[in-house]
Amino acid sequence: MASPKISLRGVTKAFGPKKVLQGIELDVAPGESMVVIGGSGTGKSVLLKCILGLLKPDQGSIKVDGEETRGLSDRDRARIMRKFGMLFQGGALFDSLRVWENVAFGPIQSDGMPADQAREVAVAKLGAVGLGPEISDLFPSELSGGMQKRVALARAIAREPEIIFFDEPTTGLDPIMADVINDLIVKSVSSLGATAISITHDMASARKIGHRIGMLHEGKLIWQGPVADIDHSGNAYVDQFIHGRAEGPIRMQVRKL
Amino acid sequence: MTLPLLTVLGRMTLAFLEAIGSVSAFAFKAIRQGLQPPYYRRQILRQIMEIGYYSLPVVGLTAIFTGMVLALQSYTGFARFSAESAIPNVVVVSLTRELGPVLAGLMVAGRVGAAMAAEIGTMRVTEQIDALTTLSTDPFKYLVAPRLIAGVLTLPVLVLIADIIGVLGGFLVGVYKLDFNDAAYLRNTLDFLQLQDVVSGLVKAAVFGFLITLMGCYHGYRSRGGAQGVGMATTSAVVSASILILTFNYFITEAFFAR
Repeated sequence: MASPKISLRGVTKAFGPKKVLQGIELDVAPGESMVVIGGSGTGKSVLLKCILGLLKPDQGSIKVDGEETRGLSDRDRARIMRKFGMLFQGGALFDSLRVWENVAFGPIQSDGMPADQAREVAVAKLGAVGLGPEISDLFPSELSGGMQKRVALARAIAREPEIIFFDEPTTGLDPIMADVINDLIVKSVSSLGATAISITHDMASARKIGHRIGMLHEGKLIWQGPVADIDHSGNAYVDQFIHGRAEGPIRMQVRKL
Repeated sequence: MTLPLLTVLGRMTLAFLEAIGSVSAFAFKAIRQGLQPPYYRRQILRQIMEIGYYSLPVVGLTAIFTGMVLALQSYTGFARFSAESAIPNVVVVSLTRELGPVLAGLMVAGRVGAAMAAEIGTMRVTEQIDALTTLSTDPFKYLVAPRLIAGVLTLPVLVLIADIIGVLGGFLVGVYKLDFNDAAYLRNTLDFLQLQDVVSGLVKAAVFGFLITLMGCYHGYRSRGGAQGVGMATTSAVVSASILILTFNYFITEAFFAR
């Protein structure tokens, strides 16, 4: 493998007594789309937030383009952050700003682009996710869930990031809209040539957007492999998860009636 | 029985000290980030409108009725000693030194501090603050610093207006109800007023502006866990700001006037 875009070694993170990540080892090559699957509460979001620096991991190394990101100064952190785009689970659109201002936020506030030029960029990015210019003056609360997700995607790609993270991109959408989002993700990642990490428990989405899949269970990546291998992984945990069986080695924390 | 009591006392002391520490760290970080560019001028202006302009009606009403009731109450007291001529002076000194800044501060804490905690708290639980960071924008620079700056700049102006409206309230009651001569009332108001009375009130206002916005931002920023967490943050912001206003009010008064 060429030198990895993102490289994690022995990353751990605990919240009080609860050990969420217990030694993550992960390499993502440039231009690769990695999907991390796993049940709710297994630390998928924590993993992304550690890489982004929104949470501080307790131990281990996180390298982006070979550069260690732990313990960076605020200024260096901002420089690294410039490479990233992130699609949040709930969209996380700024509800006090109009749609175009949301999409143009990065270009205007961080890159100092003049507002009228940024507006053109925003309209173009909205077009790329299938939204017309007529919605650009609306507020996010006036849009449907699927449209909000698309605006959030437009915002994540507005600065043409080298690395994009997707946090449960299809959760809460109907199957058709979910597939539309999947198509848009595939299209935008490949047109930018970006490296992507997605977390999801939607297997249809994982198969569509991923080149490789990793399964997170009890704070470790217990299996990694190409998407094609997911159906014959030989791993009982993976089999149980992708077929959605209640019975198997993964025990849910539910009391027996 | 004694041990649990001491344990509880110890825990409360530790929690109190921890809160002071984390508020101080938050304030320090906000000031440090606020002093470095980029400055978000539009955000500062928006907050000045929010804190100052939109608080004018509620602060104005508070001030006029406070001035009116001050005149009325001091009349019932001073009339017994035939000292009615001191009323304008009592009204203006009480307003500029104490009631103007404290009442305006408390009203703004309820109106603005609560709204600030709710807005920032909602941004926290809906990951909008995380989104700011991923867009290379420091939330302390973009959200917190503009609010603190606007609070410190705006509250003194608001209090100055409250002082004037309050004196007007006292004047109205004095002239139309207590049969003062209008020119004599105004002369008595201005003759005994010292610059220090007004300045101390404006210094208080600036400090209160800082405290209100700091509490709103701090509790909003740290809120967790959805609607309930945001509700708790709102309550904490108003309660802690109100208590801090009353506490700091005493110490600033002492610094200015104690001999």
